[in-house]
Amino acid sequence: MSGLLVTGMGVVAPTGVGAEAHWASLLRGEPAIRPIQGFDPARYGISLAGQVLDFVPTDHVAPQLLVQTDRWTWMSLAAATLAAEDAGYDDPEDAYATSVFLAAGSGGNEFSQHEIQGLWAKGPKSVGAYQSIAWFYAASTGQISIRDGRKGPSGVVVSEGAGGLDSIGWARRVVRRGTPAVLVGGTEAGLCPYALLCTETSGRLSTAERAEDAYKPFDRRASGHVVGEGGAILLLEEADAARARGVQQVWGEVAGYGATHDAYHHEAPAPDATQYARAIRLSLADAGVTPEDVDLVVADAAGTPELDAHELQALASVFGRRRTPVPVTAPSSWTGRLMAGGSALNVATALLAMRDGIVPGIAHLDDPVEAEGVDLVQRTRVLDLEVVVVLARGFGGFNSSLVLRRHVGEEGAA
Amino acid sequence: MDTERRRVVITGIGVVAPGSMGREGFWDMLTAGRTATRRITFFDPGPFRSQVAAEVDFDGVRLGLTAQEVHRNDRFVQMALVAADEAVADSGLSLGAGGGDDAPDPDRVGITLGSAVGATMRLEKEYVAVSDAGAHWLVDPRYASRFLHHALVPSCGATELAVRFGAHGPATVVSTGCTSGIDAVGYGSQLIEDGDADVVLSGASDAPISPISMACFDTIRATTACNSDPEHAAKPFDARRDGFVMGEGAAVLVLEELQHARRRGATIYCEVTGYANRCNAFHMTGLRPDGVEMAEAIGRALDQGRTDPAEVGYVNAHGSGTKQNDRHETAAVKRSLGPAAQQVAMSSIKSMVGHSLGAIGSIEIAATALAVHRGVLPPTANYEVPDPECDLDYVPNTAREQKVDVAISVGSGFGGFQSAIVLASASRRAS
Repeated sequence: MSGLLVTGMGVVAPTGVGAEAHWASLLRGEPAIRPIQGFDPARYGISLAGQVLDFVPTDHVAPQLLVQTDRWTWMSLAAATLAAEDAGYDDPEDAYATSVFLAAGSGGNEFSQHEIQGLWAKGPKSVGAYQSIAWFYAASTGQISIRDGRKGPSGVVVSEGAGGLDSIGWARRVVRRGTPAVLVGGTEAGLCPYALLCTETSGRLSTAERAEDAYKPFDRRASGHVVGEGGAILLLEEADAARARGVQQVWGEVAGYGATHDAYHHEAPAPDATQYARAIRLSLADAGVTPEDVDLVVADAAGTPELDAHELQALASVFGRRRTPVPVTAPSSWTGRLMAGGSALNVATALLAMRDGIVPGIAHLDDPVEAEGVDLVQRTRVLDLEVVVVLARGFGGFNSSLVLRRHVGEEGAA
Repeated sequence: MDTERRRVVITGIGVVAPGSMGREGFWDMLTAGRTATRRITFFDPGPFRSQVAAEVDFDGVRLGLTAQEVHRNDRFVQMALVAADEAVADSGLSLGAGGGDDAPDPDRVGITLGSAVGATMRLEKEYVAVSDAGAHWLVDPRYASRFLHHALVPSCGATELAVRFGAHGPATVVSTGCTSGIDAVGYGSQLIEDGDADVVLSGASDAPISPISMACFDTIRATTACNSDPEHAAKPFDARRDGFVMGEGAAVLVLEELQHARRRGATIYCEVTGYANRCNAFHMTGLRPDGVEMAEAIGRALDQGRTDPAEVGYVNAHGSGTKQNDRHETAAVKRSLGPAAQQVAMSSIKSMVGHSLGAIGSIEIAATALAVHRGVLPPTANYEVPDPECDLDYVPNTAREQKVDVAISVGSGFGGFQSAIVLASASRRAS
């Protein structure tokens, strides 16, 4: 047996803390997009977000770590613990046998806003000792490594929304070079005033005030997206090593991965979607599957008419000659877009769907756009899933595609 | 199979470093042992504990960027673009629009750009405007730049490079703090080894000389307080060392698959024969004196190229000039190279160009590649008083003519990251 298995997942999402809570919320069809709490966002023209309201940091993070770290890292620390617990992963004798390889998008935003504000309002001495370790993009990876004693080759990649998938792509290289287990994925926390303002300048946020109007990927009334926070961390294990430690559950196999860049414009996506389609094809070829083999696509679902059209164009290009249209869903429609955390969360959701043979529909998809060769899933659907493709894009032209395959082995599925 | 192993060589180098202009200016400065550290000019450093830095006199437009590139991009991106321009020109590759017959397939050109702190400088500057100098937590959107999302997410640096050079292969920003610059080149090499790209623009850039960065290193006393003598403020391995000097800059390397480079008759600076990183899982900023995890990274990186420690002629040190780093690193080199450590030459160019956080790893790889290619080792400047705990050959103050077949560049960073990369001369590998 060889290959790369997902053996544990930890979810901290607007839909719930813990994979099962998240999944149950999706199956109940409860949108987690609500009016922003904690500060008044009115002046930014934004009123909604996917906040993780039932996350109690003190339940997951030791007090001395709480004061040193941003909310983003709290959620990463929690998700890493949940993933290791889910996998039944005890600390291996060799500390170098476990890596932490996460995606980050925007770092420790709220912590940093406090410190910069203090610096300019009161002077350099108001900046605390932890700013240097709380806000930078490697903070969560470093803190997990230290808390949990993981000494393997660790890393941090930044490719905006594509990051969650890219961390898995890079982790495969780590595994190929001899490290049997890697924590991947990531979380994001961009719901403080300054980070929200920064995101707003991307021009991609919806200003709608009602959840049912705000983030409607693939709908004719799509008007942008809603920001969410949180994400997921997964434990990947090389198959032989997982079996050797007597792994009890396997969520699925990482079967293929492909990444490209539009290299077209600093913010506008390439109108021909060629590179997006190529990323999907690369991942299918890598997995040794054909478009016909794919049972479900979890879309990036950017939620602007232009970006949605490009995604459908890429899907039509890859899947358009199938005998039946490929089912496509977009679980981010329930949570908002979590940047790097979102693509990681979509991998977790895809594996949950695979386990149960149930596909959540796309929230608020009332009037779907024309979609050649694509079957947009509007309502929860029972569907046997062997092969699922998860897609993600990052602002500026990053395109990534991951192929997950159901695991057939004596351990049994999760 | 080993005979089919894809090998990675460096065929282009571009540098934006303090106190110099371009790759050759940088090299001249290093080999002259000249320091670029000075009293900070970007803002009034009066209220800060550490008031010195190694600043780049940088004008993006004069160096070939458009007014719009300068307007929308933080300084770290601008410096990366200028370094990449020089690296690509140096390689002789035609990338981007109008590539000739021997131009690489754009789908097989990748980007790995390291940065520890991304667009901090711009994020801070814009925050001053939208918060009215820290007066308002609920910031005022009417004062926001149109390009704040570009600043929020540092991956925009990789995008700018990809767009400029028409690179459709895998692209990412690597952000592992102060080892970013080594890790970015390591990942770039892996892209080529694994067959996912033939050419990768790999490097790193950081522009951290801004009040918030200076303030946060002040509070933990990681930076020097040697404000009275800025030119001699960075003193790696010297008993008088009292912290690092903040720097800035960028370096970009053209990494190329060996046969790809040979087919077009490219000049090969050296081969990347090994790369490894490990974590100390100890402390976000502290280092144990034994250097075990860095030694592990060095050992694994040497193993990849089947290199015997005795072959290593030069170690380009992290050498930040903090008390604990230099001790830690000396121990790591002794532990990993064994008896060979007593013969190896080891120097820290941070003594001259400061510590530009994530960028410095790539700048140091550039220096190491030039040292291997040209047979000259850059010195450790400001080395006067030996420290009994740092007792290796640090190439004090004067560059040394010495041919080396194998060199290592190492780095250590917040978060506990330890990285090592091995460069071998082209002649050694061809023999």
